[in-house]
Amino acid sequence: MSTLLELFGEFALLSFVAFGGATALLPELYRVVVDNHRWMDATTFAHLYAIAQAAPGPNVLVVTLIGWQVAGLAGALVATLAMCLPMSVVVYLLFSHWDRFQGARWQRAVQLGVAPLAVGLIFAGATLVGQSAGLGWAGWGFVLAVAAFCTKTKYHPLWCIAAGAALGLAGVV
Amino acid sequence: MVGEKQAPPAVSLAALFFGFSRIGLSGFGGVLPFARHYLVDTSRWLTAEEFNQQLGLCQFLPGPNVVNLAVVVGRRYGGLAGACLAPFGLLAGPVAIVLLLALLYDAYGALPQAQAMLRGIAAAGSGLLFAMAFRMALAIKRKPFFLPFTALVFVAVALLRWPLPAVMLAGVALSGAVAYGLLKKEGA
Repeated sequence: MSTLLELFGEFALLSFVAFGGATALLPELYRVVVDNHRWMDATTFAHLYAIAQAAPGPNVLVVTLIGWQVAGLAGALVATLAMCLPMSVVVYLLFSHWDRFQGARWQRAVQLGVAPLAVGLIFAGATLVGQSAGLGWAGWGFVLAVAAFCTKTKYHPLWCIAAGAALGLAGVV
Repeated sequence: MVGEKQAPPAVSLAALFFGFSRIGLSGFGGVLPFARHYLVDTSRWLTAEEFNQQLGLCQFLPGPNVVNLAVVVGRRYGGLAGACLAPFGLLAGPVAIVLLLALLYDAYGALPQAQAMLRGIAAAGSGLLFAMAFRMALAIKRKPFFLPFTALVFVAVALLRWPLPAVMLAGVALSGAVAYGLLKKEGA
């Protein structure tokens, strides 16, 4: 029970700083569940992220999987709820007043100022996922290749994931 | 019809639930583009302009953007019940799928083949994240003012492992202040 409460408390707190969505939260999720609470090791964390990537659905599902790993089905539901509910309530309550703020200078300033922070977080998350997967030189080479491929072309990201699975199975990365 | 504000058409709660289920299940690696396609082009629940405006609120606030968007659209067409059902529809199917995958991971995750495959997928996932961050960095307006904040956040979070709430609060205050100053100077 106390684990579930801790899980709820940690993730609900994080939902309030999740500017840039759940993806930007990856480094902090790692810090909380691997470094602080030692609920799982780094490799498992990378695996859960991999599973979430290979499945359909919003990015927030990585949180569901982390909850599962920590405390089973109840953990999965509690973690997902903690991440989604607080802001859903705020959005619901703010919605009717939103038009009044639209275009206000402070509002545009926050929007302009948050984007560079979110980008920094996603760079950090990308680095941490690669590190915790225990990649060697070939692995990091593949990471760079995927990054370049996806920046230059418009192929569906699933192709990269399939290529990763195949290269992993073949023992290349 | 052109230029006139129309009252939103009636949308049943079931339609909201299944519409958002479809959005949730069709997206890989982020569902926002699929949400736009369904809401604007397929169902016409939002005009392109409304979509951008309401996404503005969802991106302004923290939290999973597409869940927030489901709350906004659900509320508009179904009140409180809609605001509950739309995000539930969005998440229910995908959550069931990842939980099935989690069961498989519990059963077979320790096998060397599964470990090797997951390492490869994680590498691909890392690459996709780098690509996403890079594309977002290109879209940042007035980079000389803001890219230092990107670098500072990266160093604080990835290298120094500082807690995110503190980093983000300080970051939003500083970077927001710079943005406010820039907007003021331009008289915008």
